[in-house]
Amino acid sequence: MREAARLNARLLALFLLGAMLFGYPLLAVFNVPATVLGVPVLYAYLFMAWAALIALLAIVISAS
Amino acid sequence: MLQPWVIAVLSAGYLLTLFAIAYWADQRAERGASAIANPLVYALSLSVYATSWTFYGSVGRAAGDGVGFLPIYIGPTLAACLFWVVLRKMVRISQVNRITSIADFIAARYGKSGLLAAAVALIAVIGIVPYISLQLKAVSASFTLLTQYPDVTRPAYQVVPMLADNAFWVAMLLAAFAILFGARHLDAAERHEGMVAAIAFESLVKLGAFLAVGVFVTFHLFDGFGDLFTRAAADPKTAPLFAPFGKAGFADWVWLVVLSFFAIFFLPRQFQVAVVENVDERHLRHASWIFPAYLFAINLFVLPIAFGGRLAFPGGVDADTFVLALPMSHGEPWLALLVFIGGLSAATGMVIVETVALSTMISNDLVMPALLRVRALGLAGKPDLSRLLLGIRRGAIVVILLLGYGYFRFAGEAYALVAIGLISFAAVAQFAPPILAGLYWKGGTRAGALAGLAAGFALWAYTLFLPSLARSGWLPSGFVESGPFGVAWLKPYALFGLSGLDTTTHAMILSMLANVGAFVLVSVLGRSRPEEQTQALAFVDVFRREGDVTRFWRGKTTVDDLRALLARFLGPARAADALAAYARRRGVSASALAADPGLVEHAERTLAGAIGSASARVMVASVVKEEALGLEEVMNILDETSQAIAYSKALEEKKRELEAATAELRAANERLKELDRMKDDFVSTVSHELRTPLTSIRAFAEILADNADTPPEKRQRFIGVILKETERLTRLINQMLDLAKIESGRAEWNTEALDLVELVREAEGAVGALFREKGVQLETEMPEDFPPVCADRDRLMQVLLNLLANAVKFCERGRGVVRVRLLHEPGRVRVDVIDNGVGVAPEHHERIFEKFRQVGDTLTDRPQGTGLGLPISRQIVRHLGGDLWVESELGRGAIFRFTLPLAETGVGDLAVASQAAVS
Repeated sequence: MREAARLNARLLALFLLGAMLFGYPLLAVFNVPATVLGVPVLYAYLFMAWAALIALLAIVISAS
Repeated sequence: MLQPWVIAVLSAGYLLTLFAIAYWADQRAERGASAIANPLVYALSLSVYATSWTFYGSVGRAAGDGVGFLPIYIGPTLAACLFWVVLRKMVRISQVNRITSIADFIAARYGKSGLLAAAVALIAVIGIVPYISLQLKAVSASFTLLTQYPDVTRPAYQVVPMLADNAFWVAMLLAAFAILFGARHLDAAERHEGMVAAIAFESLVKLGAFLAVGVFVTFHLFDGFGDLFTRAAADPKTAPLFAPFGKAGFADWVWLVVLSFFAIFFLPRQFQVAVVENVDERHLRHASWIFPAYLFAINLFVLPIAFGGRLAFPGGVDADTFVLALPMSHGEPWLALLVFIGGLSAATGMVIVETVALSTMISNDLVMPALLRVRALGLAGKPDLSRLLLGIRRGAIVVILLLGYGYFRFAGEAYALVAIGLISFAAVAQFAPPILAGLYWKGGTRAGALAGLAAGFALWAYTLFLPSLARSGWLPSGFVESGPFGVAWLKPYALFGLSGLDTTTHAMILSMLANVGAFVLVSVLGRSRPEEQTQALAFVDVFRREGDVTRFWRGKTTVDDLRALLARFLGPARAADALAAYARRRGVSASALAADPGLVEHAERTLAGAIGSASARVMVASVVKEEALGLEEVMNILDETSQAIAYSKALEEKKRELEAATAELRAANERLKELDRMKDDFVSTVSHELRTPLTSIRAFAEILADNADTPPEKRQRFIGVILKETERLTRLINQMLDLAKIESGRAEWNTEALDLVELVREAEGAVGALFREKGVQLETEMPEDFPPVCADRDRLMQVLLNLLANAVKFCERGRGVVRVRLLHEPGRVRVDVIDNGVGVAPEHHERIFEKFRQVGDTLTDRPQGTGLGLPISRQIVRHLGGDLWVESELGRGAIFRFTLPLAETGVGDLAVASQAAVS
């Protein structure tokens, strides 16, 4: 029961993290016409953050 | 040059492959070896979310505004974080309640309301029509484009007759396909394993095709991501897309995230694959990361393809077709064909699942309830409705696709793919408040859900759907530009002056406000019916419940009635299966089934799978003569309850009484034991007292008997001793009998008024000889006119003699003085017998009144009395209403005092008087 509650709490935390990563104002920070290794900063950020969130999700779920 | 027949044959081949997969999975399911029972297949089936919109539309959107396509996939990713929390709850609820569609879910939550089910079904059908048309548009456009290989310019739009329009034939083909997959036969649980397997396969095909074209564009046409974006940055037309957010851009972004967050839960096809087709809720765990990972993969090359397209085609090419146009224009016919197949799989997957889900709603929540209500058709009495049900499903699928085609033909041309899809998303988002609140808040009511849905849907229709028709000329164009009848604040894209937003954002803000507001307000202000409350509890607390919950059911029916009812909708074979399954679960044989509440519940649930919970309830109620829970029944239930309470109270009372009785018994037992011990003591004391004189009598008698020559004077002395001892024995026995009589209350009392002075003088005379013999002086101190007392003459005399004999006994020979004094006290008289003998130690004052208790050294002194005189005296005085006690100190003589009531007052009055004196 406590294990289940912990998983729920972690998933909720990930949801909040995701909401923050993909929301204003963090997006505005990366909304600049610069590039990193040739790739626009905003695009790079969005896909990196997205991949990171999915990886965390996989870790949290596999760990429990 | 790609001939149309090549494309057609390839497409047909692909669809046949799909069908083969579905057939194979169905066969495995029949054998009980499910092919879809693992998280990967489950996640791939969830990826039916990625449709033509994703496959062609995302690139189109990205080519226009950079990252505008992405929120549609970020929302589901955030939702995936909550799959285990929210979606699992929906799955559990649906499996417990046999829910088979989103309309059923909402209706069941709010008291199995048929009206609500119909409303949700209607919103879903109208809302999804544009989405279907999007798929038709994508397939027909890609087909048209592919046939003019290698020319990629967009053909001028021309109105062709319906039968010459390939989109129409695509619609009909998809309808046939959806029927084959989803409406071949009826399934009580609405599970389609074959369809799910085919969908999962389609997800792989569309991902593979998209990745192939992505890799082709990024690494073949360009030299990797860096090269592609560097060249895009150099182009003034595409460079601004690198930082695309304007002022309102973030609000649009956030609302699109919210919109797609809702869509992943509440789109009818998502509900179908995620909830209805779910084999095991544990699959949700790993699906929650595999599914977003899939979305990530299929979006990875959207931006490169979009920029590649923008760089390759300066104009004249629809951005929605870049995915196909890029391989075509670079001489890659086979890659182009693969892309077409990928797009086809994206579209077919969506259409199949969506139409199956919608047809379930249409037949269960719209058509069947209506048909059953029309008495003229006499359907309620028909024995087998399963064929009719299947017919309605198939008809519904065709109608949905025709509606989609109609929307495409009349409104679809004016829009890009994504814009069409968003209209549907916004419609489906209206289900969010009643479902999400329904999962966690017990206060939501049916009226609230209806009001919220109605308000939200009305605003959606006004701000998104009607304008989309107006743009295509079905409504006057002034409706959009200057508002109906020229009323500016009613402009559908700037309602109430809310302007400067994207049309979707605008519609979402207004419809959500109205929906949530109406839902909460009506729920809070209104009242919910008992049925709603039960369902609210069943939904919100679904994880707290163990196993199936049997409803309180007071009704009568027979197993045959239930079997006939099931057979009408499921067919006889499936009905028998359902009953047998229930019997197996209960561990009884099918013939021994009783129509108990459990079976009725099971029948209703089974039926709910086929015709929806609201209709099922009505149908079951038609065979189960459910007695309305009237006032009388309620009173009876209350009565039973109060009786039970009364019984329990009575039991408590009895328990208390028993405890008290037990305590009394224990006390009585203690007392008995004490008495027993006292009796033993008494018997041993008495026998000892009796033995002492007997022993001496016997001893002297033996001496006399054995020695005949005893001198006469000695013989005389011995005989004297024997006589004395015999007298003592007699006295002892008399006194014992006396005492026993007094104690048991059997003694006779002749109470009369007595002159105490006279009595004392008499006693004086009686003991005179004794006093003289011991040389003890006896004095009396008596007033002249002493009042008479109430007493028994002989007994009182006995007391006086006892006390006097006692006094003389302890006086020193020759020097002793005993004085008797009479005193007149208020209400009584007191008699003092005063001596100047050895006295009594204070610790012995009470002991001397105990039986056989003789104070003094019993080892050296021979007992001088029976040990019963004082106890008897005290008993007598107390019986006469007075008391007897001693006041003395050792060596200072003793005063034995007793009181007696006066003759006039009597015993009772004396008690009162003495009490008064005390207080």
